[in-house]
Amino acid sequence: MEKYETHTHDVIVIGAGGAGLRAAIEASAQGASVGLVCKSLLGKAHTVMAEGGVAAALGNVDSKDDWKTHFHDTMHGGKMLNNWRMAQLHAQEAPERVKELEHWGALFDRTKDGNINQRAFGGHTWKRLAHVGDRTGLEMIRTLQDRGIHTGVDVYMECTITHLLKDGDRISGAFGYWRESGRFVLFNAKSIILATGGIGKSFKVTSNSWEYTGDGHALAYEAGADLIDMEFIQFHPTGMVWPPSVKGILVTEAVRGEGGILTNKDGERFMEKYDPERMELSTRDVVARSIYTEVQEGRGSPHGGAFLDISHRGAEYVKKKLPSMYHQFMEFAEIDITKEPMEVYPTTHYVMGGVRVDPETAQSTVKGLFACGEVAGGMHGANRLGGNSLSDLLVFGKRAGAGAAEYASKIKDNELKIDDRELEGAVKEMLEPYENPQGENPYTIHQALQETMGDYIGVFRTKEKLHEGIEEIDVLKQRASQLKIEGSRMFNPGWHLCKDLKSMLIVSEAIARCAHQREESRGAHSRVDFPNYNDEKWGTVNSVISKDNGDMKLSTSPLPQMPEELKRIVEGGYK
Amino acid sequence: MSVAKLRIYRGDSNGGQEVEYEVPIEEGMVVLDAILFIQANYDGDLAVRWNCKAAKCGSCSAEINGMPKLTCKTRLDTLPLDKPITVHPVKTFPIMKDLVTDVSWNYEVRKKIPPFKYAEDTDWKMQQVDVERSQEFRKCIECFLCQDVCHILRDHNEKNEFFGPRMMIKIAELEMHPLDIEDRKPMLREAAGIGYCNITKCCTDICPEGIHITDNAIIPLKERVADTYFDPLQWIITKIKGS
Repeated sequence: MEKYETHTHDVIVIGAGGAGLRAAIEASAQGASVGLVCKSLLGKAHTVMAEGGVAAALGNVDSKDDWKTHFHDTMHGGKMLNNWRMAQLHAQEAPERVKELEHWGALFDRTKDGNINQRAFGGHTWKRLAHVGDRTGLEMIRTLQDRGIHTGVDVYMECTITHLLKDGDRISGAFGYWRESGRFVLFNAKSIILATGGIGKSFKVTSNSWEYTGDGHALAYEAGADLIDMEFIQFHPTGMVWPPSVKGILVTEAVRGEGGILTNKDGERFMEKYDPERMELSTRDVVARSIYTEVQEGRGSPHGGAFLDISHRGAEYVKKKLPSMYHQFMEFAEIDITKEPMEVYPTTHYVMGGVRVDPETAQSTVKGLFACGEVAGGMHGANRLGGNSLSDLLVFGKRAGAGAAEYASKIKDNELKIDDRELEGAVKEMLEPYENPQGENPYTIHQALQETMGDYIGVFRTKEKLHEGIEEIDVLKQRASQLKIEGSRMFNPGWHLCKDLKSMLIVSEAIARCAHQREESRGAHSRVDFPNYNDEKWGTVNSVISKDNGDMKLSTSPLPQMPEELKRIVEGGYK
Repeated sequence: MSVAKLRIYRGDSNGGQEVEYEVPIEEGMVVLDAILFIQANYDGDLAVRWNCKAAKCGSCSAEINGMPKLTCKTRLDTLPLDKPITVHPVKTFPIMKDLVTDVSWNYEVRKKIPPFKYAEDTDWKMQQVDVERSQEFRKCIECFLCQDVCHILRDHNEKNEFFGPRMMIKIAELEMHPLDIEDRKPMLREAAGIGYCNITKCCTDICPEGIHITDNAIIPLKERVADTYFDPLQWIITKIKGS
């Protein structure tokens, strides 16, 4: 076997977006030796794309806000499928996590009396999102990046983890390659935190960056961990539509938070039909379906979307509150949003499902394997509220860091072994595409998968379509077993895609099969053939995906029971 | 369908050459779209960094027709299409492969800058007008285009003497933070080498975020350094009162 380099840490964090950075900072603060491994350069992770804000019941603008209301809103947004304990911890701890960022140098926009300003967002009862214009994610990642590099975290940039390794039933390491050289690298670790984000690159129209190939979901699945609720994919209601080059790029919900109005080609403010009370600030699942329906029924804008107008707020206000949106439309679409409406259409944005974790420690069902941020499941149930992702990654990033450090502290150095056969298998798998002169181009299969997911597993779903989708994915899996690439192993995106594609196929199959199983509509999962909630049968269970003798096993498990005092909060119609 | 010709630099530290490709043009297409089309259809191993494709992550910097730009933000219809578009890696940093360069120096320098430090009795009240000064610099997406065009780094390769414009706004952002109490002036004068900048404003002109690097960051920092070290009156006061 060819030589590879080895690094040893107590805790290895995979992914350096907000969740990974927050986890690494915490694990390091707890005294663990921490390695942070990321596919891109530090500070480029998808968190930079988060725009509107971070949800936390600080009560700076609406003083009546408190964690209970935030908890209530989150559970209702998630259509009661959320893990109640995660939603509770999240609502309780988010304010502290946000203030902590300020202590690390973050500069949020201010209220008149000098506190952190907060804006309205869909599904949130009060003005709750701390923000910096419309570039909140960038502010967060820079702050965490600064904190991380000054607190003893070792960063391994442009390094992709392809396999997790186990000693018996415990995690013992991670294996991958350097993107630049293509050389292999082994990380010995007592615990591993997955913070790899989402899966959007399985879909053609998405707001997600190239990195979002479901690596963490796939690594966890292959290591034997449970995935839950994979059918719940959030289609953000407002992605760009035109020109084709920018189709899917996010238009922040802050446009609606700041008063943006949605209309169809007849000038009708159609949200009056779908959610007269909350209108444009309804939850994302509702707004996405509404826009989709308007277009399907022939009332779409010229490029097949809806109009979103913010021009009535005045040029100065729009440029100050939504500077990125102003520039994004001006430069990519030659549209001046201070004068004319945008065209928007749903775009694949976020996966609510993910690795099943213990709410307190973020540990998965595999010993020593932790997960936080988008790759973890449970927190958001069937639909995530805007702003709850940035707060999620802070709250559970910290918890995962603490959990993984605590777990690692109980294991002696050199106690865990790396299985050489596992390692050899990983190397063999990675080198296969170089030995397949008859294989297919991975880019071709990736495009086919994206088409399949869009066509069969989109905003509205039916049994037949899902069935066909599953069969298509099966065919693609077969094709993807014979891939061919050209060039050397030095910074070779084609080679990188071969493994990413396998991850995307695992995730896509999980999504399709969970969606096929859940015969009801709930949150982001809309079945045309089962348009209503079925609380009795499906409102009480999570979908579960696991690996069983090499095959994907699909099942359900009962939702954790919520304590009475929390039930009262949820049922109280809090306001 | 009309096509665009691109001549993309392909090679590594041992050398390389431009390779010509033809790409069908779609409305609104940007240079990065063309590069990704080439990857998917002709050369799967063409190396390029990119992440968000929305001008928010600063990964895809390159030199297009000789001008340093974000490839995701450069529309083909803003370029003359009667001749091939050249795309080269940024010049200031060593090439790894094709359009990917080794920018690790920036990360090493950044680590040397002392982080935000606040006083024990801070009440965390700040006014919008006060945070906006630093917020301008915190818009930086770290595309390093300003580092690429800075002639001290690009033409003279004085990386041991000058931190470059990106790091100047990083320091400015911390120095102008309303609650920061750290003093980075000694660093500015010595290790960061602010005296090297002679205000040609190339960095400001190139910044895709429109940050006024020279006027709002470098010049005020130069003034702070000058006031502290070179103003005779200030010098005497400092000597008497201690710093």
